[in-house]
Amino acid sequence: MGQTITQKILAAHAGRDQVRPGEFIIVRPDFLVANDITAPLAIKECDRMGAERVFDPDRIALVPDHYVPNRDIRSAQQAKAMRDFARAQNIKYYFEVGHMGIEHALVPDQGLVGPGDVVIGADSHTCTYGAVGAFSTGVGSTDFAAAMALGEIWLMVPESIKFELTGTLDTWVSGKDLILHIIGLIGVDGARYKAMEFAGEVIAALPMADRFTMCNMAIEAGGKSGIIAPDQTTLAYVDARAQRPYQLYASDPDAEYTEVRQIDCSKVEPTVAVPHLPENAKPVSEVRDVAIDQAVIGSCTNGRIEDLRIAAGILKGRQVDPRVRLIVIPATQEVYLQAVREGLVETFVDAGGAVSTPTCGPCLGGHMGVLAEGERAIATTNRNFVGRMGHPKSEVYLASPAVAAASAVLGRIASPKELCS
Amino acid sequence: MTLRGKVWKYGDHVDTDVIIPARYLDTTEPAELAAHCLEDIDPAFVRSMSPGDIIVGGENFGCGSSREQAPVAIKAAGVSCVIARSFARIFFRNAINIGLPIIICPDAADAAGTGDEIEVDLATGTVRNVTRGTTHQAEPFPDFLRQIIDAGGLVPYVRQRLAER
Repeated sequence: MGQTITQKILAAHAGRDQVRPGEFIIVRPDFLVANDITAPLAIKECDRMGAERVFDPDRIALVPDHYVPNRDIRSAQQAKAMRDFARAQNIKYYFEVGHMGIEHALVPDQGLVGPGDVVIGADSHTCTYGAVGAFSTGVGSTDFAAAMALGEIWLMVPESIKFELTGTLDTWVSGKDLILHIIGLIGVDGARYKAMEFAGEVIAALPMADRFTMCNMAIEAGGKSGIIAPDQTTLAYVDARAQRPYQLYASDPDAEYTEVRQIDCSKVEPTVAVPHLPENAKPVSEVRDVAIDQAVIGSCTNGRIEDLRIAAGILKGRQVDPRVRLIVIPATQEVYLQAVREGLVETFVDAGGAVSTPTCGPCLGGHMGVLAEGERAIATTNRNFVGRMGHPKSEVYLASPAVAAASAVLGRIASPKELCS
Repeated sequence: MTLRGKVWKYGDHVDTDVIIPARYLDTTEPAELAAHCLEDIDPAFVRSMSPGDIIVGGENFGCGSSREQAPVAIKAAGVSCVIARSFARIFFRNAINIGLPIIICPDAADAAGTGDEIEVDLATGTVRNVTRGTTHQAEPFPDFLRQIIDAGGLVPYVRQRLAER
């Protein structure tokens, strides 16, 4: 019996020839990632474990991104706890404000994760790095502490679901629309404990930014990981930045999947997930006329330069509706600088948008765009749970940068087709 | 060990954002987190629950964010155990790691209603609904996980591993 790409990567990191789904194995991760919300608890737990030094200070990234620049004294204390730990432990990849970015955009852009890696992150969206062909999954703080202390972690080998995406994409349909459509098909626990493997002609033609978006939201279907086998597009991205050697893997033709789903993407429209679960996916044409108070373009899901270019293309020469607050958040300092150089920031500000330094802020109702009671936002973020962006009686609609930008202009949820031919 | 408590019943996909909203993630103190446990779906929970009470959920309990503050808040609030049809994987790991007892038992979860008196034998995985007079058997944990559970969570387990090196 052949093996999936996920089985092959895990076997290689467990010192085995092959592994079976359902097996418990101990693996040695290549890289660890945590942030200013998860690391402080992990640091405490590391101390309780009696670990004086981390296993390897060059294989850990600590990224303050959730509550920075600090929103208040308490969040400043948390960021300081992580900074102090990074200094004391000589953590090589600590990214201070001014150099940081949202971790899941920053870490791959810095070449810190590559094909064939096992990456463990104390953040649920760690699954993003599957886009470069890595096995990558999120854990909690105590698991992260154990991984920092031991340089290893236990994992159950996941079963895999294969998604074969065929057809030709309609204009304005992006990776975000595809993943919302898929979550709509299988539900928020449709891939619980499983690896979601994306393949097919649509994926082959998809740029890296869209691949990151799709793997990023595997967790929103309950997935343990999302993964796309490396191809020429991956290598062009990785070779320009890889800090370590990498290894290419692919699934065998006779690999075992619990399910293989063929999805004809020609029929997929720009898609919106309505409150309060990401599985509530609807074609944008069915949710038009829903008035919005805020539009957020950014996050680990959709804050890359390609996302900002699409949004700016729609906003150029137009004005944000006077009843809407548009908040644009480039995901990293490099993306920010690139957006300045290309004139995108000028376009956003001209249109009446607020442009922020990189932060996760509004996505989790932390800061920089928290919603009041009864308010409604369209956002390129990843979750629309009750209270996710602020008041428990506020609402979040998830969409692509193109739909969010068009909605900001029209003051209601809108398809970009209403503005651009 | 036998636990006994009153049921607080919730539905499918109880996410970690409602278990502990992100606005409270600026602390790691269990007591502070406990004060806001389940606040966004049941503001009465913290005020009205008694130590030892049991949370019962449907499918995919604890989905969403990896925040370990979610099981920490539940445990520190005094909840003795969470029973569900199924758990989201990161919450499942976190609960085992911090020593919050969890039980996967669709029958027990379906049968229970808020206010029921439930008794759980953690060693055997037997769930007895005292109010309704029904008994249910939970799925046993794999041996591998039992080692961590029996060690009292991941911290003592890793302490032991480090001492052996």
